Amino acid sequence: MDWKFTDDRPIWQQLTEQLTLRILKGQYPPGERLPAVRELAAQAGVNPNTMQRALAQLEADGLAVGSRTAGRTVTQDHGVIEAAAKARARAAVADCLRVLSELGYTPSDALVFVKEELEHE
Amino acid sequence: MNEQLVTCTALTKRYSSKTALTGVNLELGRGRIVGLLGPNGSGKTTLIKILCGLLQPTEGAVLVDGSPVGPYTKSIISYLPDRMYFADWMKATDLFDLFADFYADFDRTKALNMCASLGVTPSDRIKSMSKGTKEKVQLVMVMARKAQLYLLDEPIAGVDPAARDFILNTILTNYNEEGTVLLSTHLISDIETVLDEVVFLKDGSVTLHDGVDSIREREGKSVDALFREIFRAHNMEGGAF
Repeated sequence: MDWKFTDDRPIWQQLTEQLTLRILKGQYPPGERLPAVRELAAQAGVNPNTMQRALAQLEADGLAVGSRTAGRTVTQDHGVIEAAAKARARAAVADCLRVLSELGYTPSDALVFVKEELEHE
Repeated sequence: MNEQLVTCTALTKRYSSKTALTGVNLELGRGRIVGLLGPNGSGKTTLIKILCGLLQPTEGAVLVDGSPVGPYTKSIISYLPDRMYFADWMKATDLFDLFADFYADFDRTKALNMCASLGVTPSDRIKSMSKGTKEKVQLVMVMARKAQLYLLDEPIAGVDPAARDFILNTILTNYNEEGTVLLSTHLISDIETVLDEVVFLKDGSVTLHDGVDSIREREGKSVDALFREIFRAHNMEGGAF
């Protein structure tokens, strides 16, 4: 998975989101050690200080656990990961509803669309 | 150890009739990657040359690691000029010997490793190298020093986009962590994610000095977009373009 950045927001926030997504998708499984700051920074083509800030946020969110000796690992607390996944899912739904409302559809229209889409599959 | 690595106070540089820098006040911390941004002729190269002692300021003072520019500051500054200054009959390895002689902090092994990853053959003569390869060799020599301040004047101007990514990566992975990198460029979008902070130079004055993410947070746009805005407005005021 490549790192992508948009112009309108701070880079560290976008890094935090993309790292979070990697954890939620299991690309960095629970308990696994995360690559070192410098390595991640080089992968993403960003400044190590920026990556450091993104990882600090990941720790603040409880998704990563820092240790002085062993580097940073992904949390083993499945509850935290699940909660983060749900938050992400709700945000995706909210985004979808926002787009539909801009097109003039109501939330009940949205439900119909979802049902139709599921039947279609 | 001084808190600020670089302090410029009321720095002015005049060349006979032309003023290149006007009252520049600038402080740079340690462990930062700083972009020195400005259109052509805004004073970027002049500022860098004053920091490394190649030019004397007309007025004002510069301190690097608490010392005025001199033999000590030169020993902790690694400078990449905007043009090649080596004899072209030399091989890259000859240059490495030269640098190992001159600078106690030059790491020959590191230089050779960087050559390998950049695809440069160090036993080739400079004369036989392409412009991009010469730039790579120069960059290798500069980054293979464990300096406190790296001054890179347009390090990515002459190379293709693939090499540009490679060079930025080389800078990112090789700079000394307590060291600061000051790099001048007008190709902002390519390097924006690499920078901690930016200094905008306009007509010889610092018009903005802020963190990249603070700018994005405050303005809701990239540094590149902000740069284009500021300097486009300037062109229209001048009306000459």
